[in-house]
Formats: sequence, structure tokens, C-alpha cells
Amino acid sequence: MRTRHATAAVLAAFVSVGLLAGCAVGTGGTADDAAADISYDADASLTGTLTVMGFSGVDEIATTRMDAAKKALGGVEVKLVKGELDIQQFLSAAASGKPPDLIYANRNQLGSLAARGAILPLDACYEGEGIDKGEYLPSAIGQLTLADHVYGVPEFAMVQVTMANGDLLDRAGVRIEDVNGSDPEAMREASKKLAGLAEDGKKLIGVDSKLPEFFPLWGKANGADLMSQDGRKAQLDSPEAIAALEWANAIYADQGGFSKVKAIRDAADFFGEGNQYATGVLGAMPMEQWYINVLNDMSPDAPLVFDTVQDRNGEPIAFSSGSAWAIPKGAENPQAACRWARVMTATDTWIAAAQARLDKRNQENKPFTGVLTGNVVADEKVRAMTTSGGAPWDDGVAAMYEANEHTFSLPANPADAEFEDIMQDAVNQVLTGEKDAAAALHAAQEQAQSALDDAWAKLDKEK
Amino acid sequence: MSRPRTGLRRSRLREARAALLFLSPWLVGFLVFTAWPIAYSAYLSFTDYDVISDPSFVGLENYEKLFSDPKIALSLGNTLFFTAIQIPLYVIVSFGLALLLNRTRRSSGVFRTLLYLPKMTPPVAVGILFLLLFNGENGVINTVLGWFGVEGPAWTTDPAWVKPGLILMSLWTVGASVLILLAALQNVPQDLYDSARIDGAGAWRRLTSVTLPMVSPALFFIVIVNTIAGLQTFDEAYTAFFGAGNTTYSNDAALFYVIYLFRQAFEYLHMGYASAMAWLLFVIIMIVTAVQLIVSRRLVYYEGAS
Repeated sequence: MRTRHATAAVLAAFVSVGLLAGCAVGTGGTADDAAADISYDADASLTGTLTVMGFSGVDEIATTRMDAAKKALGGVEVKLVKGELDIQQFLSAAASGKPPDLIYANRNQLGSLAARGAILPLDACYEGEGIDKGEYLPSAIGQLTLADHVYGVPEFAMVQVTMANGDLLDRAGVRIEDVNGSDPEAMREASKKLAGLAEDGKKLIGVDSKLPEFFPLWGKANGADLMSQDGRKAQLDSPEAIAALEWANAIYADQGGFSKVKAIRDAADFFGEGNQYATGVLGAMPMEQWYINVLNDMSPDAPLVFDTVQDRNGEPIAFSSGSAWAIPKGAENPQAACRWARVMTATDTWIAAAQARLDKRNQENKPFTGVLTGNVVADEKVRAMTTSGGAPWDDGVAAMYEANEHTFSLPANPADAEFEDIMQDAVNQVLTGEKDAAAALHAAQEQAQSALDDAWAKLDKEK
Repeated sequence: MSRPRTGLRRSRLREARAALLFLSPWLVGFLVFTAWPIAYSAYLSFTDYDVISDPSFVGLENYEKLFSDPKIALSLGNTLFFTAIQIPLYVIVSFGLALLLNRTRRSSGVFRTLLYLPKMTPPVAVGILFLLLFNGENGVINTVLGWFGVEGPAWTTDPAWVKPGLILMSLWTVGASVLILLAALQNVPQDLYDSARIDGAGAWRRLTSVTLPMVSPALFFIVIVNTIAGLQTFDEAYTAFFGAGNTTYSNDAALFYVIYLFRQAFEYLHMGYASAMAWLLFVIIMIVTAVQLIVSRRLVYYEGAS
């Protein structure tokens, strides 16, 4: 009898805890409803605390802007949860009803957070604080716009630039134009010639097409949009996308396969003096613009040549990525969060930050190579502040700014993480010889469309 | 008559209360951090849950999806392959090193410490170390193989060699098993060896007829514990192939079951599906462990057991 009572008591305890926990999950109401209750005013005096998650603010570009933002917030106390945004930490906080007031995330993370109602639409924030959407990179705004609402304020931009070893190009008898992507066959031939320069058992990469991460770049260069502009349709297996993957993979196949090329790539001291250009083990590759600074710092005498990456028509092209500020649903001080995002990304603030960087570089007797802010007005003004580093670094800076004017990005969608993994897995299957490009991309297309359909169905149902 | 019985009952009740009081820290911890998450994950496995919105009941949908998702078969196959090869190798190496240590007298303490040290290395560091040691171009492993005229494979990039490389790397942490086996070896009574010698048993016979049976409980413990750990392998492979900095080369060959579970739960926020995956793994581990227990009845010798 007693045992039965005890068992019943234990079960009751479990059920009670279960009910309590069941009550604890879910944050109630949609993000649209929550956003409708918040008003923003650029002239309002703000108080309270602002908790920011995912932003460290360590260099002068960050600290100068933080000072400006704190000044604009007046009496608001700012608390930083430093380090890169930990999605699990953020979601746990959001699920428990205690989210931070502001998060700093990669732009490609925000689509799925928006779809789940974890962050607020910021249309009212833009309007109330007087943030001019037109000042930001169109591709960045596109990446933050889901179902006609904008969910973030963009900050920074990353673009790709063709970086090549001039000495190796000369020895192989090829030009930078042969390895910038504008002529696929010329690039493949140039890669073979460059790789053929290896001597005395030294391994050398001719051209590294930087798969799988730059597949969207080569796809776009060949005329393929991997997703429809509304973010609802996967377009991974179009003939243009398949041809782009076959070509980019063939560059590796010509050199013994991706496996060998990656092993050489991994063996390099990427961030140090023994980088691939300084040691002459790489002919050319597309790479994000920040690497120009690394190379300039670590190997200023390396024989570099820079150009934009170009599409089949010879037009510059860059796959843009970057960060953004977003306000979680349930934030206690959304007005302060919006003002912080506005000031941190405003043109004047960027100019002040660029000046701080310029002063520092002058002290170090190094050139100021500019900053891509994600704000096109600021970019133009900051570009005017850059200082000459002489050849070839000035060419690198010019290529960076030219690329920044020709960016594209994958549209915001509610299954961004899955879409990206499915796409990269398909490319990896081709790189490892498991499947050919058509088979891998056909399979990926089905999986990606299924993931998008599921995610959009949930989002549409909630609306 | 009734008074002594009541007194006895009260005394037992007091004892039970005291026992519960002393046990309560562990009991509360167990209920909150183990029993409750287990029960809740069982509930979540029948729902669609993304952490932010409330869970919605979907019946057996998540379990049905397990059979149609090609990545489940892929990741399970990878995990079973890894475990099936890694466990025998791990046990053989551990046992071999323990036998060597058992023969060492003067500097055994130094060797014990040296062998255990790698176990102290965080698994994330081991993952990074794997990429450095096993790099196909300039890794230490291939450099050493090169001294003997062997051209080593691309361990970290060739799908055929990724799992063998990870298996070899897992031997980095045999130290704990070596110490357990060393303790077992040192407990084998010397008179058993003396008797065997008198009976004319050679070294091999003494090993198979005396040493192995006497240390079989320890060996069995190591097999069980490491099989469970093998089926849940995550840290090193995730760091090397899926972590920050390597997110662009998530190799299918290194997609172990728990890595896929982690991605479903924390990257795609499919908590319900991930919970169903966790329960499938639980059932698999239970079956494997049950089989091992049945087989152990024939192979493991417990001194004093009937």
C-alpha cells in the first residue's frame, strides 16, 4: 500500500514539474504583435539598462563608435555580454523570458531567428530613430528583410578580391585577368600552368577556387541565383549552377583533387609570415578583403597582385556578408537598443572611427586601407581618408571598394542554417568524388526546398 | 504487544527520513538534471519545438522521419564503423601498455603520469591537434611514415581516411584505461603464475590462461564504457570538421550520429526531431550493452562468483 502511495507521489511530482516546465517554454504572442506595442523617437530621453549580447568592442573602430553610442544614450547603463553571439545562450535567455535588449549577429543568422519570432521587425525603429535604409548596402538590407519587414541594422561588409602572386604569374606567363574568373577556361589553364611551376618536390596550388564557401560566388558569376529573391525557392540545380560547380571543382581535379589542395592549404601559416603568398605556394585565389591587411602586416614585400573577382561578362562581383544589430522579442529597453544600432552604424560615427584607425596607422607608419562599413555613404567618405601603401596595396584597396559596389547576397529565409549546410554538403560530396555536380545539386535541391517549405509553412501559419 | 511494534516503526521511519535527508542533494540533482530532462526529451520527441514557440504535438512524425532521413543512416553507419574498429584497437593498445607498465619497476610512476597526461587534454584541443598531426602534407604522422618510404594518405581531407585517422587519434587518451588495467594486473595473485610455471605453461599460455581471465572484469568494464562513449563520439570530430573555422568543410565521412543530433537541435532548432534521435540512440546503446552483457557471461571471470 505504502509503495503504491510512494509511486503515485513520485509520478505526481513528475507531472507537476512537467506542467510547470511546460508553462515556462514559449514566449507568447508573435513578434509582430510585440513590435506594434513599441514606439521609437529619436528625440526621446532614454533611461534604464541596455544589455548587448555578441559584441566585444576591442579595437578602435569599435570603441570609438561605442563611445558615441553611449553618449547618445545619455543615462542608459550599457552592459556588454562579450564574445561572439552564442545562439544557444541567446535562445535559452529568450525562452526564459529574459532576453538581452540587443544582439549582434551574422546577417545570415537572422532570417531563421526572425521566422521563429525571436527578434522584432525594426520598421518602426528605422522610422522612429530616423534611420535611412537607403544609406546601407542594398544586398545587406535584402539579407535582413523577411516577408517585407526588416529585422536588423547592417554593420560591416565582407567582399571577395582576387589575390595572386605576381612572380608566379610572370613565370607561368599568365595575367591577373586570367585568374579573376571572367574567362573560366583561361582560369583553368592558368591554374594548370601555375601548378606546373612546382619544383624540387615543393607542392604548389595553381588556383584555389575556395570551395565550398565560395560556391555562391562562382554560381552568380555564371549567372545562377541559388535562391529566389523572395527566399522561398531553392535554385541549386539550375544548369548554370551545375556548370559553375563542375568548373570550380575541375580546377581542383586538374591539380590532383581537392583533398591534395586542401592539405597544402591547411599546411600554410595563414595568418603569419609564412603565408601562402610569402612562401610562393599559391598562384591565386579569391579571398575576403580583410586578408589584404593581414598580408600587408605580415609580408609587406610579398609580390602580390590584386583584382576584383569578375563574372563571365567581365563585371566585378562579390558575395557580401557581414553583421547586423537586432532587437530580441521581449527586450526590456528596445528604444535604447534601436538608438544604439542607429548611432553605431551612422555615417558620422563611422568617420570618427575611421579617423581613430587612421591616427593609429599613422603612428605605426602603416597605410590606412579603409573599412567596409555596410553603409554606402560612410564607405565613400572613409575611402577618401585612405592613405597610400604604394604598389600593390593601393590596387588591393581599389579592388575592395570596387567589389563593394557590386555585391549580392542570398536572400533572407527562415531556413538559412539548413540551406547553407545542405548546399555545402552537396559541394563537399562533389569535392570528395562521392557524386558528380548534377547528382549532388539535384539531391540538395530537393532537401533544401523541403527545408524551405517546412520553415515557410510554419512562418505563414503563425502569421 | 502493539507498543514495541509502533516504536520499531517510528525508529525505521526516523532512519528512512535521515537516509532521505542525506541522499537528498544527490536525489534532487538526479531528478532535476537527469530524470527530468530524460522525461522531458521523451515528451519533446512527439512535438515540433524550436525553443522560442510552444511545443506542438506531432505524434510519431519525428520517429517516422528517422527512417526517411538519409543522414540518419549515414551518421549511424559512421558511428558504428568508428566504434567497431576503435574499441578493439583501444582495448588492445591499453592492455599492451598496461602489460609493459606492469613489468616496469623503477620508473613506472613517471610512465604512468606520462601516459595519463594526454587524458587531461581538452577534447577540443585534441580535435585541433588531429588536424595538425594528421595533415596530409606536413603532419607529423606522414612525416614519420615518410622516413620509412611510406607516402601517408590525406588523413584529414580524403573521406576514406578520415575515420581511420580519428580512430588513431582516439588512442591519444588510452591513459585512463591503462591505469585501470594496470591496477587489475597488479591484483593477479603471483601464486597463480607460479603454479602455471610449475605446470609448464609458457608466457603466452600464462597470458591467455591466467592473466586474461583474471583481468577480464576490468577489460569488460573498459569495453562497455568505451562502447557507450564511442557511440556518443562528438568533441574531437566536431572540432576538427564542423567547428568554427572548419564550418566550410563539414565532411560527410566525419558526420557522427551525435554531431548530426547536435546540428538538428542547436543549429536548426529542431528540438523535437533531435529528441527522437536521442531516444533512438538510447535504444541502440541499450541493445548493444545488453548483447555485451550476455556475451560477457561466457567470457568474463568473476572470482568468487558461482
